[in-house]
Amino acid sequence: MNLNWLIIVPLLTALAVLPFRQLRQIRLIALAGSAAQLLLSLVLLRLFLQHPEAKLSGAMLFESSYSWFEPLHINLHTGIDGISLSMILLTALVVLAGVLVSWKMEKMSREFFFLLLLLSAGAYGYFISLDVFTMFFFLEMAVVPKFLLIGIWGSGKKEYSATKLVLMLMGASALVFVGLAGLYFNHPAGEHTFSMTVLANNPPTADVQRFFFPFAFIGFGVFTALFPFHTWVPDGHSSAPTAASMFLAGISMKLGGYGVLRVATTIMPEAASYYAPYIIVLSAIAILYGSFATMMQTDLKYINAYSSVSHTGFVLFGIGMLTKTAIAGAVIQMVSHGLMTALFFAVIGMVYERTHTREVAKMGGLLKAIPFISTVFVIAGLTSLGLPGFSGFVAEMMVFIGSWENSGVLHRTATIAATASIVVTAVYILRAVGKVIMGPVEHKAYFDFRDATWNEKLAAILLIAGIVAIGMAPFLINDLIAPGTEAIMEKLSASTR
Amino acid sequence: MLQDLLILMRAELMLILIIFLLLFLKLGSASLRNETVMNMVNGLLLVVLALGFLVKDSGMIFGNMFRTDDLLRLEKNMLTLGTLIISLQSYQWLKKHDQAMEFYLLMLSTLLGMFFMLSAANLLMFYLGLELSTIPLAAMVNFDFNKKQSSEAGFKMIVSSAFASGLLLFGISWLYGTTGTIDFSGLAASLDGSPLQLFAFITLVAGFGFKISAVPFHLWTADVYEGAPVPVTSYLSVISKGAVLFVFTSVLYSVFHAMGTVWYNMIFIIAVATMITGNLFALRQDNLKRFLAFSSIAQVGFMLVGISGQSREGAAALIFFVLIYIFSNLAAFGVITLVSSASGRERISDYRGFYQSNPALTWILAIALFSLAGIPPTAGFFGKFFLILAGAGKGNWLLITIAALNMIISLYYYLRIIKAMFMEHNASPLAKVDIPFSPRIALAICVAGILITGLYSGAYQYIYQLLS
Repeated sequence: MNLNWLIIVPLLTALAVLPFRQLRQIRLIALAGSAAQLLLSLVLLRLFLQHPEAKLSGAMLFESSYSWFEPLHINLHTGIDGISLSMILLTALVVLAGVLVSWKMEKMSREFFFLLLLLSAGAYGYFISLDVFTMFFFLEMAVVPKFLLIGIWGSGKKEYSATKLVLMLMGASALVFVGLAGLYFNHPAGEHTFSMTVLANNPPTADVQRFFFPFAFIGFGVFTALFPFHTWVPDGHSSAPTAASMFLAGISMKLGGYGVLRVATTIMPEAASYYAPYIIVLSAIAILYGSFATMMQTDLKYINAYSSVSHTGFVLFGIGMLTKTAIAGAVIQMVSHGLMTALFFAVIGMVYERTHTREVAKMGGLLKAIPFISTVFVIAGLTSLGLPGFSGFVAEMMVFIGSWENSGVLHRTATIAATASIVVTAVYILRAVGKVIMGPVEHKAYFDFRDATWNEKLAAILLIAGIVAIGMAPFLINDLIAPGTEAIMEKLSASTR
Repeated sequence: MLQDLLILMRAELMLILIIFLLLFLKLGSASLRNETVMNMVNGLLLVVLALGFLVKDSGMIFGNMFRTDDLLRLEKNMLTLGTLIISLQSYQWLKKHDQAMEFYLLMLSTLLGMFFMLSAANLLMFYLGLELSTIPLAAMVNFDFNKKQSSEAGFKMIVSSAFASGLLLFGISWLYGTTGTIDFSGLAASLDGSPLQLFAFITLVAGFGFKISAVPFHLWTADVYEGAPVPVTSYLSVISKGAVLFVFTSVLYSVFHAMGTVWYNMIFIIAVATMITGNLFALRQDNLKRFLAFSSIAQVGFMLVGISGQSREGAAALIFFVLIYIFSNLAAFGVITLVSSASGRERISDYRGFYQSNPALTWILAIALFSLAGIPPTAGFFGKFFLILAGAGKGNWLLITIAALNMIISLYYYLRIIKAMFMEHNASPLAKVDIPFSPRIALAICVAGILITGLYSGAYQYIYQLLS
């Protein structure tokens, strides 16, 4: 299959939306388009699993390459391995769910769905790119539509949040670009190249790596809420409209983790080992700080936003540990958190649409009034706190086991500290669930609420299916990503030898 | 000989013909309507553009004073296209103006001057072309006759240009004194970097710096841009700047090749100062023309980063960026011209809630601003990052990091306008602006240019291949 369909389909859908004015037509086109995306990625999964090489090596499959800017050696080079494929599946699920929960987007609906689909095209393009310049192109393409999404359809101090988010993320990608240009000009074979595979097979010298790793790592790290550059997360997430929050937390934050893994770690393995202690310390701070900060929040969106800081901390934490299990855990955490946080934001959106408040203290007893939504809420909460059977448990467990394979004092201390955050997570999740869902019904009006409509149910079920699949049968995703993580480990061990 | 003359100089000759045609029409006191004149000139400019693409040629005439080749032809075509777009955009403004014919006389004279400047293979020829392009410009700046600011701007323009020209002449005479030649190829061969030549080079760079408004020679820019009529401002910021940048690059790359290290350091410092100053001043402007003046200063800083690459990629990135800049900046100015001639409003705060009344114009302005800010998938992204990439080839990572971070500052102020248009609500937004046929064509060309030039790599590859 030609992977470029993953970019073309969302782009065509986005353009197809433009001639229409009525919400009914627009949302149907958007739904059809995002369902086609999911179908496409499922077909891709099937083809991938049937591929004889998929389980053997971490090589990129379904490669295709077109020359783009030939004098500068920029190619539209695409290909996937298990890690990219799991990200593609995540994107397809979240986008479809996002379209479903925006079913009643009356305000400027055409523009809304256009931008949402444009974002998804950027995300797919990013995950399939094997040329770092093209990857960078898609990375930036997945940022600026967010400014409009948050600024126009958002709530609260939306303009402030939108500006802050875009400036921080674009600043981050500027750093990424400096790192990429450094790799381009310092390729040891002399030829300037942006090709990810060529760069990874023949990594630059140790000095070059140590100089440019911080640019690439901090740049991508900002997307993953690297402490102390996480401040865009709470504002951005909480001001954004539901679908944008889902995309932002579910996919955008994964762009960073994926970039750290693919570009920073794979191309600059020597520097990754050199800087690993800093990565571990910073991500451990993010994990702890995020979870404690969540305890103080009273707004449901802020709760999920700060807990995202803590949860995505595990991604960088796992990568910093540099063991196979921990890196696999980090990848699973990306998928798991993507699904979980999208589900959480979706359900918060549903609750808000009915109660018109997101303050925990002002709600109570929703289970009696809107049982379906409340159940989804509880599932999202339990996934977040890492209950076995859901995906969060698998991911965090793998990160912890993987990090325990390191015996250094720093590694042990950081792991113990990070583990402690689970308790804090349980506190804030259970408190929110207890107040909002359980207990006496806060207002009589709650009984007039309509429980989830078909589109909301479908969105929730899609995401929950993903969460439960990972939680119940973790070997599925583990088998999928194992060759990819194996390949990364080979690069890492080759550099330390 | 005559055939050479006719083919090699066809663009220049065509322009001269148009200028004389206008002159005769004027003197013959034929009472033509402004619309007729405009349509006629636009049609003729289209012919000039087409002629530029038709025949390939290269060669030198007039005792090696005038040269032309495929690259120069492309540069001239770009300038003609830009002038045509501006001419289409000024439809609304000129329709009511008493002196439309004179405006075209002046504008085409400056264009002619730029053509001669580009084709110059000799410092004297270059200087003549430059003067021919500058003096009518000052008159154009003064073209809003009943606005005091406009004549003030014209005066500032003429004084600062005269000063810059003086500096250039001073430098030229020193160069002549030390090398005994004013021929470009002769100069390139006999420069040795002696202190006198260094001094001459500094004055030359200062002269060029004035023309492209690089810091610290930028002080005239904001006032002149603000005072001039909007079409003239766009002409100043795109066409005249673009032409001088082309010449500047080719002079630096070919004539001063031997002094590479010296000029690299100079360009490095000027680029950093220009980016930072332009960006910081643009942050707090409310008048759109002043705003675009400072943002165009910042853009020049980025272009200097590309030039500092001293490579084929650097020259290609610069020409490619100017092409994109023509489309992006003219799209922005096109919208501003329409709004300004319909309502007289030119402040950012006037654009609050612009989306409520003019969704199409808002999207065009937004696309233009995204392109100026370097956001994919617009062409500006490629233009800007190719400039930075070319600069990075020298391995000066400080410069590259500063440039990359400056993009964020510039993004902030471009987003301010986007925010005002889309997000801020206004009980009484600007009235619906109607778009006549000519500006509509101009905007369509610009938007198509912004969306296509980047994603379709043909333009860049063509430029790169011409630079061999």
